[in-house]
Amino acid sequence: MRQFIERHTFWAIVLVLLIAVFLWLVFAVWPPWLVAAIGRKKTFVNTLFNGVTLGGLYFLVASGFTLVFGLMRNVNLAHGSMYLLGGYIGYDVAEASGSWFLGLAVAFLVIALSGALLQVLVFRRMEGDDLRQTLVTIGLSIVAADLMLAAWTGVTYQFAPPEWLFGAAKLPIVSAVKSSGDAVYIKYPIYRLSVLVVAIGIGIALWLFLNRTRVGMMIRAGVNDRDMLSASGVNVQLVFAVVFAIGAGLAGFAGVVGGTALSISPGEDIRYLLASLIVVIVGGLGSVTGAAIGALLIGLAEQFGLAYFPTYGVVLTFLIMVFVLAVRPQGIMGGR
Amino acid sequence: MEARRRRGHGIFSGGIAWSDLHPGTVAAVVFLLAWPSFTSDFFTFQIGAYSLILGTIALSLMLLAGYGGMVSLAQLTVAGITAYLVAILGDNSVGVMGLGWPWWLTVPAAILAGAVLGALIGAISVRTEGIYTIMITLAIAVVSFFFVRQNYVLFNGWTGFAGVEPPTLFGIYWRDPVPFYYLSLLVAGGFFCAVAYVSRSTFGLGLQAIRDNPRRMRALGFDVALHRIFAFFLAGLIAATAGVLLVWFNGRVSPGTMGVEASIDILVIAVVGGLRHPIGPFLGAVGFVLLENFAIDLIDRERFNTVIGLVFLLVVLFSPDGLLGLWNRIRPRLRFDRNARPVAGRATMDAAGQPASARQSTS
Repeated sequence: MRQFIERHTFWAIVLVLLIAVFLWLVFAVWPPWLVAAIGRKKTFVNTLFNGVTLGGLYFLVASGFTLVFGLMRNVNLAHGSMYLLGGYIGYDVAEASGSWFLGLAVAFLVIALSGALLQVLVFRRMEGDDLRQTLVTIGLSIVAADLMLAAWTGVTYQFAPPEWLFGAAKLPIVSAVKSSGDAVYIKYPIYRLSVLVVAIGIGIALWLFLNRTRVGMMIRAGVNDRDMLSASGVNVQLVFAVVFAIGAGLAGFAGVVGGTALSISPGEDIRYLLASLIVVIVGGLGSVTGAAIGALLIGLAEQFGLAYFPTYGVVLTFLIMVFVLAVRPQGIMGGR
Repeated sequence: MEARRRRGHGIFSGGIAWSDLHPGTVAAVVFLLAWPSFTSDFFTFQIGAYSLILGTIALSLMLLAGYGGMVSLAQLTVAGITAYLVAILGDNSVGVMGLGWPWWLTVPAAILAGAVLGALIGAISVRTEGIYTIMITLAIAVVSFFFVRQNYVLFNGWTGFAGVEPPTLFGIYWRDPVPFYYLSLLVAGGFFCAVAYVSRSTFGLGLQAIRDNPRRMRALGFDVALHRIFAFFLAGLIAATAGVLLVWFNGRVSPGTMGVEASIDILVIAVVGGLRHPIGPFLGAVGFVLLENFAIDLIDRERFNTVIGLVFLLVVLFSPDGLLGLWNRIRPRLRFDRNARPVAGRATMDAAGQPASARQSTS
């Protein structure tokens, strides 16, 4: 930190100023000219929170994707289908049992199991052939999307979260002051805030798992040099299956979490596949930290684009991707 | 004989004499030319012309993937944007945009813009290599799909454009089945020959060498990125021209035209047909269109995607070279080609590429 300030004094000052402006935008009551220029503060803060929570959701989906790629060089383009399948299964279980948490757990387990099976039955047979593995996942996603459409039809499902996660929280942020002098506080759905908390929790857990456990050590070693790991007596296939299970399970988990925050319907698989793709391209393939940064960026870009220039919103996401590819082709945290 | 070969060098650097033509090729050409004369309008238009259009788009993917080793999922995006441009620059019946340019301006402008778009997509995706290309082009395809769907000012959002008509020229309405079939055949055949030629040209050989070993080619002084981007430009040209035919064929264009599933269908067509030879995409397209039209008799119409997906999976799992690979594996066993040697997999490619490169270097 200190080194950074000494080396890049100018950028450090710019950074501090930006943070100050940002904090002022969030906490201060906006003067009329600012409201005239970019709209009400409530829109801005809501968009900000939407962006951050969506980023959290994208992180849940993309972290599994990037983990699998980092270790196995396997681009799992069926990741979006796993998200959607997790959502559907979780919905059915939650409806049947009445317990949202049971739905969450079952979705995680079932999708993790399907991921492990996929690794053992399919990908192990064509190891080292990246393109063929990717083509197989494309084929699987076509079939899966069609079968899911057959089983759950085109209806949009919306979960009900547990009671205590329902409703809105009053944030300590004043949006405007009434003429009577009362401050108007901004409200935000508790469930969405808890999505963010869960995403951060999962992120920390993943970090601890990768950096503080024996299996995590093996995984990191495998990312660096798979053959050497195998030569030092580790059952690489088992590590692969475990990682694939965790990655897929996270997608299923995200399916339930995301299905509650938003909704699940056919076509969502493509949306979250796109999100995972861009997040890992921007963040750097194989890096969990990169996935977190990328997810935050893309989530914010998507929500701000949607709120402030609706017909060109997607272009913002695209521009971020192109910019990163032009400046740093391996992604923000990607190393090669 | 020698003199005739030397004259051939001007056009085909591989040197092709009439005697080199396989009787099967002649039969195929005659069959394709005669097709409308013995089939109904439905088979001429919905099966014949549509297969040729899809085959041409898949051909552009084959050029990239087969010779360049770059699997792009954005080729249909190029075709789709070109189709949109035809509707935007020319006439449509929706009342949004439709600048009303004459066809001889609209069509070249749209095709050129499409080819440039293809080159831009290439420029973005060649920043990285290998498996990244498929991810980046897929991301581009999905983003473009969402963009044209949510943009109402230029692309008219969900509905897209309708009432896009080909011109009436020489007293012929070009959307009538038979003229449209021959137009598609001309485009498809022209690009087929062009791709076959490119694969034997200096550029094509360089591209194939880059596919096999980019580092060595870079060390030899080849501009790897430029070769790749130019390949994307050529592929864009092919896809864009097919895009013009596509919008004339449908008479309309909407976000669904360039949706993700459709993009993947193009990949399926190319891979199932085979990426080793330009004929592969057309075989795949014929199979795909036949299945699309007649699967309804075999299975529930709703489950068409499952069938396509399963066929694709089977081909990828068991015959990575597609139908062509299957053919190459079966041919030696049939033994009606006396000279056939048992070649399989990548060896097929080398067998085809080696003599061409040898001839190239001696010329």
